[in-house]
Amino acid sequence: MARWRALRAEIGAPDGADGKRLSVVADDSRADILRVIGEAGIGHVGGDFSVVDILTCLYFAVARLDPARPDWPERDRVVLSKGHAAVSLYVTLARCGFFPAEALASFTKPLSPLSGHPDRRKVPGVEASTGPLGHGLPFSVGAAIAAEIDSLPRRVFVVLGDGELQEGSNWEAAMLAGHRGLGALTAVVDRNGLQQGARTEETNRLEPLADKWRSFGWEVDEVDGHDHRALVAALERPRSTKPRCLIARTVKGKGVSFMEDRQVWHHRVPTADEIAEALSELRLGHRATRR
Amino acid sequence: MSAGLVQVERFDCRVAFAEELAALAEADQRIVAVCNDSVGSSNLVAFAARFPQRLVNVGIAEQDMVGVAAGLANGGLVPFVCGAAPFLTGRAIEQIKVDVAYSEAKVVLCGMSPGFAYGVLGPTHHSVEDLAWMRAIAGLNVVVPADPAQTRAALRWALEAKGPSYLRIPRTKVPELTGVAPEIGRALLHRPGNDVTLLCAGTTTPEAILASEALAEEGISARVLQMSTLRPFDAEALEVAARETGAIVSAEEGVLAGGLGSAAASWLAERHPVAMRMLGLRDEFAPTGGPEALASYFGLTAQGIAGAARQLLSGATSRNGRGGGSR
Repeated sequence: MARWRALRAEIGAPDGADGKRLSVVADDSRADILRVIGEAGIGHVGGDFSVVDILTCLYFAVARLDPARPDWPERDRVVLSKGHAAVSLYVTLARCGFFPAEALASFTKPLSPLSGHPDRRKVPGVEASTGPLGHGLPFSVGAAIAAEIDSLPRRVFVVLGDGELQEGSNWEAAMLAGHRGLGALTAVVDRNGLQQGARTEETNRLEPLADKWRSFGWEVDEVDGHDHRALVAALERPRSTKPRCLIARTVKGKGVSFMEDRQVWHHRVPTADEIAEALSELRLGHRATRR
Repeated sequence: MSAGLVQVERFDCRVAFAEELAALAEADQRIVAVCNDSVGSSNLVAFAARFPQRLVNVGIAEQDMVGVAAGLANGGLVPFVCGAAPFLTGRAIEQIKVDVAYSEAKVVLCGMSPGFAYGVLGPTHHSVEDLAWMRAIAGLNVVVPADPAQTRAALRWALEAKGPSYLRIPRTKVPELTGVAPEIGRALLHRPGNDVTLLCAGTTTPEAILASEALAEEGISARVLQMSTLRPFDAEALEVAARETGAIVSAEEGVLAGGLGSAAASWLAERHPVAMRMLGLRDEFAPTGGPEALASYFGLTAQGIAGAARQLLSGATSRNGRGGGSR
């Protein structure tokens, strides 16, 4: 816990004067993601890269957590509803200290606790066992209601994919959250515009997405999902009497030029050469001024 | 309907359900109720009045209802999810599988008006697959109380149980099954017997008892064994019954594919196979009809069960696949 607190103190402010910045942590996580997926031969690198900045901000700058006590009752809840981005969650949790980084090498190995989708029974820091899509928001609404019933100040953050929003169960939950005015709840949509097969707008269009959330009784903000300062500011906005939806405009595969916005990287595993090239790009990015 | 039962008073288990849930909630602040616009039909009106902040009504949205319950459990509460059994189990089955059972969330799912309770409303409102569906989900207790005392005991049992549970709460009025302590989790022996076992669950229990009494008058000694739960499954009592009687008739208000009869048959087939007759829905949707009419249609009456037992013991095979009941 002390180590994580120190790390978070260093990097917590997005443009902190000393030490690491969130963007560097996020790119370190991208490198980890590439290595884990390359080693395992399976993963969703595109969706991992579009969401990792959001997760970095949540875990390192916003959410009240204690990696040494994953069951700490007062903790904020962070739910990754787009559970197929499990690797981005695992590398973030490992960096926080929820479990040793050495465990990452076991991703999808037989009997490993690190399955292709997060398992709350086996992985400290995982709040909900997601994967089928459409499950994280109802769960998060329940968690927010629980905090209300017990009059506790804890917040609930749920990260959703945009294709995921085609699942109707999300809208049942959105309707209820708006009806109840769950101000402790923040939903972040990883709006990368792509799903498994094609672009979202060619498959089952989501736009006008902000309007949909507003009509369900939510406050909606739109933000660059790779701008850490903007993300943290939006996530830290004081709560109101409405739940909040943050539509984070993202790029699938963000961070590696040949992966960005290309649908094939939903589930394709990079070759060793591609990984080497990607790592090299990420390393170079550290030296250049970013954002 | 069976003669003799007319004089016996019958009770709506939902009354006992509502009273016990309120009593448990009074004693344990973690208990909340979650429903899908079913405050009236789940008998939660009194609960809502007494604990207004602890009733979460999500509206007509079963998937949300179960997902929300999992989130409430994450927050340290103990949710009792109440809704009509066909919609709770069918609409929200993935949430039950993933958010409750796989996630080991301590949630008590209460399926109201199961079986043919909504008979005249048609098969969309019949909950006959629920035992099979819920039984198929690993780690989910499946509790089938047969009278008000067992309903109360079922709620207490589910609250204390380690994992999540599905409770099938009858709506059709049932007599009190006196003489046997309501021990949830075990098979309950209502009548001893050595010639044949009548295996029952929930609403078929009083019918099996009456069938046993009718058979006794013919010199046939029929053991009545009620499974109070399908998980945990009291295989020991079943195996003893198989060994000691050598023949089993099972009767359930549900499909044969995966319910009580299947559970018994699959256990015994590997360990001590005996001749069996299974009464229930054999690969068809029920016609329209009230609970009594449909019970009669499927032979789930004392007459039908006794007839099946006679056939089994005489070695006869059924030609119409529907047992001894009248159509």
